[in-house]
Amino acid sequence: MNVEPFIGLSALLFTIGAVGVLVRRNAIIVFMCVELMLNACNLAFVTFARANGNLDGQIAAFFVMVVAAAEVVVGLAIIVSIYRTRRSASVDDASLLKL
Amino acid sequence: MTSLSTVVLAASEHADVVPVAADGVFSWLWLVVAIPAVSAAILLIGDGAGDHGPLDRFGHLLGTLAAIASFVVGLVAFIALLGQDVAERAITHDLWTWMQVGGFDVTMSVYYDQLAALFVLLITGVGSLIHVYSIGYMADDPRKRRFFGFLNLFIAAMLVLVLAGDYLVLFLGWEGVGLASYLLIGFWQEKRSAAVAAKKAFVVNRVGDLGLALGIMLMFAQFGTTNIHDVGLNVANASQGVATALGLLLLLGACGKSAQVPLQSWLLDAMEGPTPVSALIHAATMVTAGVYLVVRSAAIYDLSEVARTAVVVVGAVTLLYGAWIGCAKDDIKKALAGSTMSQIGYMMLAAGLGPAGYAFAIFHLITHGFFKANMFLGAGSVMHGMNDDVDMRHYGALRTMMPVTFVTFAMGYLAIIGFPGFSGFFSKDKVIEAAFATNFWAGLAALVGAGVTAFYMTRVMIMTFFGEKRWREGVHPHESPKIMTVPLIVLAALSVGGGALLFSSWIVDWLAPVTGEEHHELPVPPIVITAIIVLVVAAGIALAYVLFGRRAIPDTAPQKVSVFTRAGRADLYGDAVNEALFMRPGQYLTRSLVYVDGSGIDGAVNGTAELVGDGARGLRRLQTGFVRTYAAEIFGGALVLVLALLAVNLA
Amino acid sequence: MSFPWLTILMVVPLVGAAVVAALPRSRPELAKWAALVVSLVSLAVSLGVLSQYDLDGAGYQLAEQHEWIAALGVHYAVGVDGIGLTLILMTTILVPIVIIAGWNDADGARWSVGTFFALMLALEGLVIGVFAATDVFLFYVLFEAALVPAYFLIGGYGGARRSYAALKFLMFSLAGGLLMLASVIGMWALSNSQGDPSFLLADMKDLSIGTVEGRWLFMGFFIAFAVKAPMVPLHTWLPDAASAATPGTSVLLVSVLDKLGTFGMIRFCLGLFPEASEWASPVVITLAVVSILYGALLAIGQDHLMRLIAFTSVSHFGFIVLGIFALTTQSASGATFYMFNHGLSTAALFLIAGFLIQRRGSARISDFGGVQKIAPITAGLFLIAGLASLSLPGLATFVGEFLVLAGTFTRSPTAAVFATLGIVLAALYILLMYQRTMTGPLRDDNRGVTDMVPREIVAIAPVVVLLIGFGLFPQPILDVINPAVSDTLDHVQIGDPEPQTPSFPTAEGSSK
Repeated sequence: MNVEPFIGLSALLFTIGAVGVLVRRNAIIVFMCVELMLNACNLAFVTFARANGNLDGQIAAFFVMVVAAAEVVVGLAIIVSIYRTRRSASVDDASLLKL
Repeated sequence: MTSLSTVVLAASEHADVVPVAADGVFSWLWLVVAIPAVSAAILLIGDGAGDHGPLDRFGHLLGTLAAIASFVVGLVAFIALLGQDVAERAITHDLWTWMQVGGFDVTMSVYYDQLAALFVLLITGVGSLIHVYSIGYMADDPRKRRFFGFLNLFIAAMLVLVLAGDYLVLFLGWEGVGLASYLLIGFWQEKRSAAVAAKKAFVVNRVGDLGLALGIMLMFAQFGTTNIHDVGLNVANASQGVATALGLLLLLGACGKSAQVPLQSWLLDAMEGPTPVSALIHAATMVTAGVYLVVRSAAIYDLSEVARTAVVVVGAVTLLYGAWIGCAKDDIKKALAGSTMSQIGYMMLAAGLGPAGYAFAIFHLITHGFFKANMFLGAGSVMHGMNDDVDMRHYGALRTMMPVTFVTFAMGYLAIIGFPGFSGFFSKDKVIEAAFATNFWAGLAALVGAGVTAFYMTRVMIMTFFGEKRWREGVHPHESPKIMTVPLIVLAALSVGGGALLFSSWIVDWLAPVTGEEHHELPVPPIVITAIIVLVVAAGIALAYVLFGRRAIPDTAPQKVSVFTRAGRADLYGDAVNEALFMRPGQYLTRSLVYVDGSGIDGAVNGTAELVGDGARGLRRLQTGFVRTYAAEIFGGALVLVLALLAVNLA
Repeated sequence: MSFPWLTILMVVPLVGAAVVAALPRSRPELAKWAALVVSLVSLAVSLGVLSQYDLDGAGYQLAEQHEWIAALGVHYAVGVDGIGLTLILMTTILVPIVIIAGWNDADGARWSVGTFFALMLALEGLVIGVFAATDVFLFYVLFEAALVPAYFLIGGYGGARRSYAALKFLMFSLAGGLLMLASVIGMWALSNSQGDPSFLLADMKDLSIGTVEGRWLFMGFFIAFAVKAPMVPLHTWLPDAASAATPGTSVLLVSVLDKLGTFGMIRFCLGLFPEASEWASPVVITLAVVSILYGALLAIGQDHLMRLIAFTSVSHFGFIVLGIFALTTQSASGATFYMFNHGLSTAALFLIAGFLIQRRGSARISDFGGVQKIAPITAGLFLIAGLASLSLPGLATFVGEFLVLAGTFTRSPTAAVFATLGIVLAALYILLMYQRTMTGPLRDDNRGVTDMVPREIVAIAPVVVLLIGFGLFPQPILDVINPAVSDTLDHVQIGDPEPQTPSFPTAEGSSK
């Protein structure tokens, strides 16, 4: 099986996600981009699992999905609460961590 | 100077002394020290037990009784010693081990011999008289009890000093008398000058103690013992250099305690203390401890001509130095203090002559103890009647108002100038003779000193008791109470009759086993020397009479005076020299070290801390708080990692 | 296994600390009394230890040993020799005194009164552990652990600059401690390479250590101890800490905690690295003499009572280190005895100065003057404490100091001569301080100063009695110290210098 197209697609998705995280300000979109990166990794995992003929990659992909789901729960909650307090979902507005 | 061979011969005599263990009355000798020590403890600890308690009312009696009891024990022991065989007159009594570590073994021991016996009598005898006198002198002082406590402490410490069988025990007494002196000079603490004088006395003495302490260390390093007798035996095997070093170190100690040049500056200031203290500590006993130390260490000095010469030079310089100061002072106590320095200079000079002079040093020390205590107490009696004024320019014509004080003071006066027949005549005559026999210049210094002594003492006498009344208004001179005049009378009698100790050269023979004996032939018959001394003394008296007796004494000290008087009034600039050489550079050093410590050493520590802090503040700028910056940093980091992995794999 | 005296001695104050800390905050008086009782019980137990101690016995006595971390060869091992016992006694004597003297020091502090006294007791327990530890790892752990209560005592209850002082103290001690940790690990590595690893002091003494390794390891230990001691130029934390802490804390810091440094030098530097100790002794002696003179000069220049006393301690620690590294029985015994006495005399000075500062509301010497007139008892006791500090013969400090000097003189006369200059400077700093605070006319703004109350006199009196008593009869303590010191010096294998002048033939027995 030729893995290159799959890996290429995975790399493309990952890059799109990464660029999105870096350049977009809207927290929801940044969040989506993170999901996109995770799923790009999942694609790579599944591809290699198929290519190598064992299930390790697929299991890892399941773990990633579980983590992503948990992350969605926590992340969205944070985003919602930030939005409630400051009426904005821009990540640049939430910069209170700096001194 | 004597040839060395006779000296070594004399030194070997010390080896003949074999101390015997104490028994009978001698085993109770420690009581001499213990009685005043316990009394001092009671008087001082009772200090907090509320005012006007029984101790406050009777404390001075307890203190006086303690001194007298100590005298009685000393007297009994002395009589017992007279009854001993000559060979058995050095008695030791080991009380307990003070400290023992490895080869260092110091025993608290009593060493009672002919020399110590004389000192015990002098200290407790004169001490008792001064205690009695103080009952009257300090009658109105609210802290009288404490005063007597300090006096008792002094007596105890001074007795430890002279009874010590070990140099380190001697050092205990040595510092003990220093402490008592400190406490008593500064007894009127609310006077700043008294507090400063007390501190000065202690610190200058400590410089001397440096010498004594190092001397003791050197003894231990050389001989493995600090026992006085054993050191005396072992020093014969030591090299010349060791003997000289020991002699010079002990001399430094002696200079501090006995106010000899160059450590003389504290004694004049010490007159801030109550007058009985000046009489007891700063005239009769403590300041002579240096002479005692030199004589006690005769075995060391016998071996080192250099050290002996140094002692003679110190003595000669101080005797003239003190006399000079005595001529210029208007303060009666300071004039007497200058005289004390000068007389101790005589003793030092005599002690520096070696076996030929030791006995005469002690003889002069004892007679001086009598007549100087007498005069100081007399001065105290005068001050008592003059509302504590010490300026002799405010005295005059007191002989009719204070007859007893006048007569007793006159006895002391005649004794100190060496009027024939009085105690000082014999003792000073012997010192000058011995000095001439050994070294012409030493003898000349002593001779000149005798003339100057006559001059300044006549001046004191005239300004105080003769001439016109120059009393301040409201001052009504009166004779002191009996409790003060009786000790004066006793001391006056001793001043007159003290010369009896030389009767058929008793004191020389008595001390010979301790100090060795040696006689140098004078180039001229002794009677010639005596005649010259009497002439010089007469010249001094005549000059003083011409200058002070024939014309009126100015009421205030004249300012247009010769450079000599000016120098004398300024203590020959001793304080100025100390200030320029030690105090100012010392203060500068201290201040600059405080600065270096704060900004240099501690600055380096704080500087390091600040450097870390600054670095951290710089790094903090990286934390912008923007999520996307952090994300970019993460990606950057991941990228670097990947590239590094690739680089490693490709390479 | 016999009765675990030392463990009991260590546990009593530690458990007491926990109990005192747990007492309700609303009842501070109860905490004070509880702390006092615990400290007195500790004192009683330490006297029990003394009664069990066999003066003629060799090595470590009352020893206990249990495996702790077998894999690393770490043991819980305790035992005392004369040196450790002396310092333990000093600690147990001082803690009740500090508690009585500092009875009201923690009132009004931000933290509770109970915590203050609990920290003191905890410090006592840990320090006793350090003095008793015969396992290097246990020693290290307790040595560092003792920093914790000390840090909180300074930082929680001190004066204006307490945070700065506490942090400075901690940083200095930790920096030194880290170097020591490196050396401890190095020792373990050596031990591991030569068979079964063991941290036991007795086993480590038998290790064969190369000259170069020995010197490096020695330096790790020595620097840690020199910070603690404190020696110039590692001393600057002490004046800050002493001036910012409460008087009682200063006493525990200077009299007790700092002794860990000099104690460590004699037990670990000399005990584990005899060759390196001898190699380093010229440099250490020089530093010690510098400490003596430098500390004294700086003391003269201070206007802050507590800083002045702290600098006198720098000078006194110079004497102690000098005595240890002069490597003679006289100097080392003297140094140990001096540790004991310095603890007492400095405690008296700090506490009385504390009473004065509390009443006057200022620690500046120039703010005092003439106090003697209205507070004669305070003045008298202050003078005695001061005289002890300047080592007046007749007081216990003199015995220690003179033994140090006499011993040093036999080894290095030059060092002894310079060190002896310290006695003149000591007279200056003490008497200047006394003159400026106590004598002269009474200043109006000092009229509020009152004399010591009975509680304070009760605290100081035992110290004065001990100082005078041991000044005249030091031999009982010296008899405890001497065997341990000669054991240590036998290990260094350098004998006392012989007297240089041959003895007079008949001198034998003539003095006795």
